[in-house]
Parts: sequence; C-alpha cells; structure tokens
Amino acid sequence: MRSSKWSYLWAVAVLLAVWQLGAWWAGESVLAGPVTVMVKLGSEAQSAKFWKHLGSSSLRIFAALVLSFVAAVPLGLFLGLSPRADRIARPLIYLTYPVPKIVLLPLVLLIFGLGDIGKIAMLCIILFFQLLITTRDAARGVSRAARYSLYSLGGTRRHLFLHVVWPSSLPAVFTALRIATGTVVAVLFFVESIGTRYGMGFYILDAWGRGDVPQIFVGIVVLALLGVILYETFDILERICCKWNQL
Amino acid sequence: MPDSFLELIRCSQVTKTYLAEGEPVPALGATDVSVSAGETLAVVGPSGCGKSTLLLLMAGLEKPTSGSVEFKGNTLAKPHREIALVLQDYGLFPWKTVLENVELGLRIRGESSARTRLNELLEELDISDKTDVFPQQLSGGQKQRVALARALILRPSLLLLDEPFAALDTLTRERLQDLVAAAWTRRKFGMVVVTHNIQEAVRLGQRILVMGKNPGAILETVENPLACDTNCRGSDVFFEISRRVRSLLEQTG
Repeated sequence: MRSSKWSYLWAVAVLLAVWQLGAWWAGESVLAGPVTVMVKLGSEAQSAKFWKHLGSSSLRIFAALVLSFVAAVPLGLFLGLSPRADRIARPLIYLTYPVPKIVLLPLVLLIFGLGDIGKIAMLCIILFFQLLITTRDAARGVSRAARYSLYSLGGTRRHLFLHVVWPSSLPAVFTALRIATGTVVAVLFFVESIGTRYGMGFYILDAWGRGDVPQIFVGIVVLALLGVILYETFDILERICCKWNQL
Repeated sequence: MPDSFLELIRCSQVTKTYLAEGEPVPALGATDVSVSAGETLAVVGPSGCGKSTLLLLMAGLEKPTSGSVEFKGNTLAKPHREIALVLQDYGLFPWKTVLENVELGLRIRGESSARTRLNELLEELDISDKTDVFPQQLSGGQKQRVALARALILRPSLLLLDEPFAALDTLTRERLQDLVAAAWTRRKFGMVVVTHNIQEAVRLGQRILVMGKNPGAILETVENPLACDTNCRGSDVFFEISRRVRSLLEQTG
C-alpha cells in the first residue's frame, strides 16, 4: 500500500513535469499548463453546473457498469459452465463481438432516445461483450480436478458454481472491469457529445467550441481522475474479495 | 475372495473408452476388482494403463462404458457420501483457507457440528496451526495433509488416493505414507491407492494389483501381508514383494 502511494506520487510528478514542459514548448494557448488548469479546476469546482456535469457522467458510468455486470457476468458464468449452451451462443457472440460498437451509436440513440437511457445503453453494449467473454473464458478454465474434488465431496452443480466457478472466475471479472473502465470513459466522451447539455464529454466539447483551453484540460483531468477512482475501487474490491490471489 | 456382505465396492467387467476428437480411445479394458471393508488395495502400472480411470470409476465420477460398479451392492451412478477421494494435485481450492477447504465437505453435507472431530483430525495430521492460511502458502506435504484431512473428516468407508504423494520428495512421501497407514490402522476404512511408486504400493496395499496397458487391464495380484505395518520398510519380505512387483512391471514393458 505504502509503495503504491509512492509509485502514484512518482507517476504524478513525472506526468506534471512532462505536461509543464509541453506547455512551455507549445504555449499556454494550445496546451494549458498544470498550474493554470489546477487554478481553473478550483474555480470550476465552485459552480454547481460543473458538479452537475460530473454527476451526470458518473451516473452514466455507474449505471452502465452495474447493468452490464448484472447482465454479462451471470451469463458468462453460465456459458462457461455449460458447454452445450456455449456451443449455441458462441456463433452469435463471435459474429457480433467484432462489430465496432461505437458505429451503432446513431442506431442506439434512435432506439433508446437521446436521453440518459440511450447513452447508458451504448456504454452497456460495449461493456457487455468485454465482461461476457472474459467471464465465460474464466469459468470455462475451471479444471477437471477441481470439479472432481467438489463432486467427490458430495457437491452439486449449485455447489460447483458457489464454491468453485464463481470464486475462481472473480479475479478475471475484476480484470475485465479494470479494462472496461478505460473503454467506458473513452466511449463516454463520444456519447456525451450528442444530444445532451450535461456530462464531461459535453463540458469538454463546449469548452473547445469557446476556445477555452484550460477548461478542456479540466475536463480531461476530471475524466482521468474518474478512471483512476474506478480503477482503484476495483483494485480494493479485488484485494478484499480475492485475498488468495494477492499472495 | 472377501465375504460378499463385507464387500464395499465391486467393479465387474468394467471398461472405459473416451472420445478424443470423435475417435474412441480405450482407457481401460475389461477389469474385475473388488475391495472389502477395511481392506487396502494398491494399484500399480505404467502411465496410461488406466489406473486413474479405474479410480474415477470407483469414485462414481466417471461412468463405465460397459460393465458395472457397485458400492455396497448398489450400482454406483454418482459420487457416494461414503467414498472420499484424494487427488495427486491435492484438489484444494486456492480461494479457501485450510479450514474452509477441510470443512467444505461437511458444509455441503450439512454436518456443521463436527468441531471436536475436526480439531482432533487437524491435530492428528499436524496442520492445526495452519487453519487460517491459504493452500498456496503451504508446502506440498502440508497440502497433501490438508487434502487427507478433507477426505477423512467425512469418515469414509472407502478412501481413494490417486497418486497422492507423487509430487513430494522421498522423506516427505514416506512420512505421509506412514500417516495414511496410521490413519487406516485407527479407522480401518477400505482404501485404494493408485501409485507409480512400488515401495508406496507395498507400504500401503494388502493386495497389489499390477496393471498392464493396451488395453489397460489387471495382469496379476500380489498379496502383501506387510501393508500398513509399522517398521515394515526394513524387512526382507518388504524387499521381496517390492522385487516381485518390479519384475511384473518390467514385464509390462
């Protein structure tokens, strides 16, 4: 934990130094420096509108993560456990997974509307496949020896799921969630560029339209921090739920 | 031949053929074997002769392609609560602590009030100070003790051991053989040990089945009066039986 804090401090110091050097080289009008951006962030944090932007984005990310987790993880575990169901579902998954989901954005917004539901649906579609495939593969990787052990103790399929498949798949689920975090923040920017007046994506584009470079960087920093918070949350949850995997 | 009422398990003309990429691969030819209550049986043979397959059939984890497996006179169609299995790679769940691993069978069977028995067993197997650690924090010998505890806590009538000590060094292996022999002397369960190791077979098996392959089948049975006796290792009979088993194995190629 202590070394993790020091690595963070070190990484932040390096990033700030590179950022500042870039600002000096390119000029503040193109690349606002860290001090300018922090001052701007401080003033933005005083306005309720800024928090509404942040709140809207956070809500969309949180809702998308929860919904896609609830839909994809149980289905992934089920497909991993049932070769027959996996055989039936596999062609469907493999035909739809490689389609770049972001191109479906206009269609999704047409179906679900321009409001929060449409945006959350788009995020969910992208997260769903990442979580589904990772979870399915993890569940499928449960060894025959583990199954034999469990069944020889008198276990049923329910016990296999509870005591073997779920706990053994959990680290892979957390890895998928961490990978999904990067994707969801990136896609959020796109979905919030259409049909909304709130969200960090809109906040950045609005600043860009007005040529407010420090505000653009405030938006970028906030999105990055949102990603870090999510990433660290999953890390902490994994440390709590998968102690065995940390040894 | 044991008395039928004492007979725990009987495999009659069992065969097992697996399918690999649609092609049938015979793992075990027609085999007859039985184990009586309180009897120990060691199964030795070259790799791929079907020893482990035979054990999985006895555990009810695999169904025979033909023939039948009966436990206490009833067809064994699935794992039975009186049969416990210990696997070569221990079969411990790395996400559960030692105590959780040992207790799992009890929890599954709804027998949670076995605390005293559990503590005694952990003491007997010398792992009572390891209850809160995870399997990956244990040595190979300690892992195998945990696997044994998990099997013995269920008070099985039949204990099946699949290459139980194959991954261990010689001294640890011998210590654990002694531990199993002591546990058997105390409880007198039926026991089947599948092993590559001739000394292990002679140490633990009252009868030693020597298997050959292509197809896997029992070639000969060697009677062994020394099994599970304390200090049997140094005796002339031990070496004589070991030599006999070795020569039979050499004949299998």
